[in-house]
Amino acid sequence: MGMTIAERIFSAHCGRDVRAGELVVTKVDFMMGQDGTSPLAVNAFRELGGEKVQDPSRVALVIDHSAPSPLEGVSNLHAMMRAFAAEQGVGIYDVGCGVCHCLLPEQGHVAPGDIVIGADSHTTTYGAINAFSTGVGSTDLAAAMLTGKLWFKVPPTMRLELQGKLQEGVYSKDVALFLAGEITADGATYLAVEYGGEVIDSLSVEARFTISNMAVEMGAKAGLMEADEKTMAWLEGRVTRSCAPAAPDPDADYAEVRECDLGGLTPQVAEPHRVDNARPVEEVEGTPIQEAVIGTCTNGRLEDLEVAARILAGRRVSPEVRLIVAPASRQVLMDAMDRGVAQRLIEAGAAFVTPGCGPCVGTHNGVPSDGERVISTANRNFKGRMGNANAFIYLASPATVAASAVAGKITDPRRML
Amino acid sequence: MDRDMILRGKAHVFGDDVNTDYIISGKYKFKTLDMDELACHCMEDIDPDFYARVQPGDFIVAGGNFGCGSSREQAPLVIKHAGVSAVLARSFARIFFRNAINKGLPAVECDTAGIEAGDELEVDLGAGRVRNLTRGSEAEITPLPAVMMDILAEGGLTAYLRKHGGFEL
Ligand code: SF4
Repeated sequence: MGMTIAERIFSAHCGRDVRAGELVVTKVDFMMGQDGTSPLAVNAFRELGGEKVQDPSRVALVIDHSAPSPLEGVSNLHAMMRAFAAEQGVGIYDVGCGVCHCLLPEQGHVAPGDIVIGADSHTTTYGAINAFSTGVGSTDLAAAMLTGKLWFKVPPTMRLELQGKLQEGVYSKDVALFLAGEITADGATYLAVEYGGEVIDSLSVEARFTISNMAVEMGAKAGLMEADEKTMAWLEGRVTRSCAPAAPDPDADYAEVRECDLGGLTPQVAEPHRVDNARPVEEVEGTPIQEAVIGTCTNGRLEDLEVAARILAGRRVSPEVRLIVAPASRQVLMDAMDRGVAQRLIEAGAAFVTPGCGPCVGTHNGVPSDGERVISTANRNFKGRMGNANAFIYLASPATVAASAVAGKITDPRRML
Repeated sequence: MDRDMILRGKAHVFGDDVNTDYIISGKYKFKTLDMDELACHCMEDIDPDFYARVQPGDFIVAGGNFGCGSSREQAPLVIKHAGVSAVLARSFARIFFRNAINKGLPAVECDTAGIEAGDELEVDLGAGRVRNLTRGSEAEITPLPAVMMDILAEGGLTAYLRKHGGFEL
């Protein structure tokens, strides 16, 4: 039997053929920590007796989750990260640079065929550019910083063949939410997911990131796609080193293959408090909302802001709603300014916050009040996720969030296109 | 931790898909590295009295997919600092599972159906068995990969790496 993408990548790193189920120790090509996980990693590094990071050029620390700092405790942890980065010569993306999962590919740290770890669960994002990237904890990150390596169990793979042509008003976020609903929150636990088919082929690289980002919402260890011409074009000017894209063999040995025809898919909304509570927007239309969020590592890229701006152009955010926009990176914000996208959003009534995680994880920038309903482009709607356990979070595409912000209630974006 | 150690305590029962935001909310975890301070908020959003009720040595018992969500290592740490000696679940989300073992908190995969709140349990990691002393039933523990058993036996990844200098498979 042939190999999956994951098996190909691990085999290339190990210098021998390895198969799903095998335990391997391998080089990690790039590693990342954010401000919620790096301070513990720094402590773990010291506890390990670490003096030098094995290869500082393969490490980045990102201050994005609570940036700029809302509290002295957070400020002290940020200072600890800066001191460690300076001491070790590792790269640091400080306040305002953006969300780790937007920055790493944008800044050229990730290439097809790489093995990447991040002390953040949505590290699966870079699977969209054919990297085996997965989330780990702080101590694993510390171990990898010290030794340059980590142990892995090569995962079996679930292949998702996504056929059909997405309708107007239906985006990659709708695909990701639909798949979370179909596969459920633990349907892909311990598995790598491979996405393929016409739907993936037709999407831009930015849109693909949204899907791989949410692979972890099905429990997956990685969310892999093949590198095609679009991928290679996107990487140009970003990644300068040579890379080895990994394609699956036609007779690859998959744990499971599922086919979905998404030609009839309509915009999706995940209802509180589970990501796999996805349903067609028609079923929740009319639910009043008080806050709308566009941004995060799932949907804070230029295309996402553009879609929202198209809907908001010539319209106004409902006076009942606060629309918060958090661009996923400084580059995204600058591009949005260059193209007049930021201006259109602000004119319509949006409040921009610093590029970064924004209000996604409840640290700052838009904690809802008791009983409020929020519609967000983020990837998680757990109770308390945005800082208040008495609020309700609905997940949707940037188009659906923008349309809902205008109407003051959950709204099918196709009415406003 | 001794490989053959036998743990005893009472069960605190939770359902499926307990995520790491529920274990320790993001609104607290970014502020401090003081795990004793964070431990008072353990499970707060789904069981506000948990910290007040839990006794040293007790177990968290859950259904499937325990620890899904973020990669925060604070999750197994606050559970440990709350005095919990092991988490038993039908299945675990993979990052939590790995983090728990790395931090020396036994994550015990076994059939948890039938265990009720307050049941007295005995977890025998060496023999791979969980006994429900209240109900007289037993469940088998899914064995850990050898490298994880070694890490757990050392009390966590830090001690393991200090001893071995690298990963040994
Ligand atoms: S945007 Fe949200 S999901 Fe993404 S890394 Fe930040 S906190 Fe995590």
